[in-house]
Amino acid sequence: MARRYDSRTTIFSPEGRLYQVEYAMEAISHAGTVIGILSKDGIVLAAERQATSSLLEQSIGSEKIYEMNDNVVAGVAGLTADANILINQSRLIAQRYLLRYDSPIPVEQLVRRLCDLKQGYTQFGGLRPFGVSFLCAGWDPTFGFQLYQSDPAGNYSSWKAACIGENSANSQSILKQEYKDGSGDGDSSAANTDMTMEDALKLTCLVLSKTIDTAKLTSEKLEFSTLTLRGGKPHIHIYTSSEIDQVLQEHATAIKPTDE
Amino acid sequence: MDAQFAVAGKDFAISVTDKTAASSIVKMKHNEDKTYELTPHTLMSVSGEPGDTSNFSEYIQGNVRLYGVRNLQELTPSETASFVRGELATALRSRRPYQVNMLVLGYDAKAGDASIYWIDYLAAMAKVPYAAHGYCGYFLYSVLDREYRPDITLEQGMDIIKKCMVALKTRFLIQYSDYTIKVVDSAGVRVVSMDDI
Repeated sequence: MARRYDSRTTIFSPEGRLYQVEYAMEAISHAGTVIGILSKDGIVLAAERQATSSLLEQSIGSEKIYEMNDNVVAGVAGLTADANILINQSRLIAQRYLLRYDSPIPVEQLVRRLCDLKQGYTQFGGLRPFGVSFLCAGWDPTFGFQLYQSDPAGNYSSWKAACIGENSANSQSILKQEYKDGSGDGDSSAANTDMTMEDALKLTCLVLSKTIDTAKLTSEKLEFSTLTLRGGKPHIHIYTSSEIDQVLQEHATAIKPTDE
Repeated sequence: MDAQFAVAGKDFAISVTDKTAASSIVKMKHNEDKTYELTPHTLMSVSGEPGDTSNFSEYIQGNVRLYGVRNLQELTPSETASFVRGELATALRSRRPYQVNMLVLGYDAKAGDASIYWIDYLAAMAKVPYAAHGYCGYFLYSVLDREYRPDITLEQGMDIIKKCMVALKTRFLIQYSDYTIKVVDSAGVRVVSMDDI
């Protein structure tokens, strides 16, 4: 019965559901975890690389964290091949904006344009939707640091701390528990938070250690990046494996309690 | 034959344009406004081929306002100027380019400063403290070079404008009877009467 509404993305089922879109979301809930945490002076993005085979050569570049523009970095959960298309498109969109206005694209605009593209595939053409969710960390002069989550249906939302991929419900509840919210005063254009970058890195390590199904966290299975301001300009740093090991070591105490 | 010039201080910019719409040797109109409000804090004055000026300016105005509606956030003066230049540069390589000269004046609320962008019909652009287009430039740059200081107040700015008008009156063959004077600052764009300066 369900077959009748499965084969085309553009057809609603009698219950008013779009199965292909739901399947795409299901695919993401099995993908490697991606965590993003907003702090006062930057954003931490971390991703889990799911292990395949010990024979596989380690890829040189990052697989799950990509620079979209000078001011936006994104973590990907889902089909990597689909993600590559979207990453490419978003880089194009950002560069076109730069050419047109001679200033970097506001973060939400880039996310919105990307989500418009994703939405199109849930409505037109009888093609399958992109099986990709993004966590986009960005900075612009108007709204400061921002963290956006998006799904295959083309919805996007802004978060202080968010998680996509496997075990995301668990991670989200830990984030909710441990995140230090702001006291409410201060600049309304900046995110209201009491977290520092150090807190954010620590919390990232904690969440990863509690949700990733492995005995020990290593740089082989993880990717880290940060977005901070340097001299008033956004600065993206994608960690090397030795830097990741160093971060894991520094926050070993945060990770430890789970072993007990 | 249009008069078009501007002066910017730290947090204000003054635009001056003449009010005549001419066809050949005939004055068709004497109350023409040659400026366009692009955003609440950005003003563009235009001169050049009649028709091209309004066509291009209205197209720019429409698109800049559309950006504001779509993104709930206005373009800054520098972004606006880059956009204008880009559109003009694209049109320049078409079958019939627009022959318009522009001055984009704006107040950037975030940065808290005012700026003028000089753009000619070949889509060359420069950020300048004071500017003029056409014949006006021949008479006014000497006055502006002498009188301009980066730290002028609005009143001092208006004094410079007055001296420019006197120079045009004394030396230029064409006599302008009236000017549109507009000020762009933190409060937005406002018209200043000729009687008040």
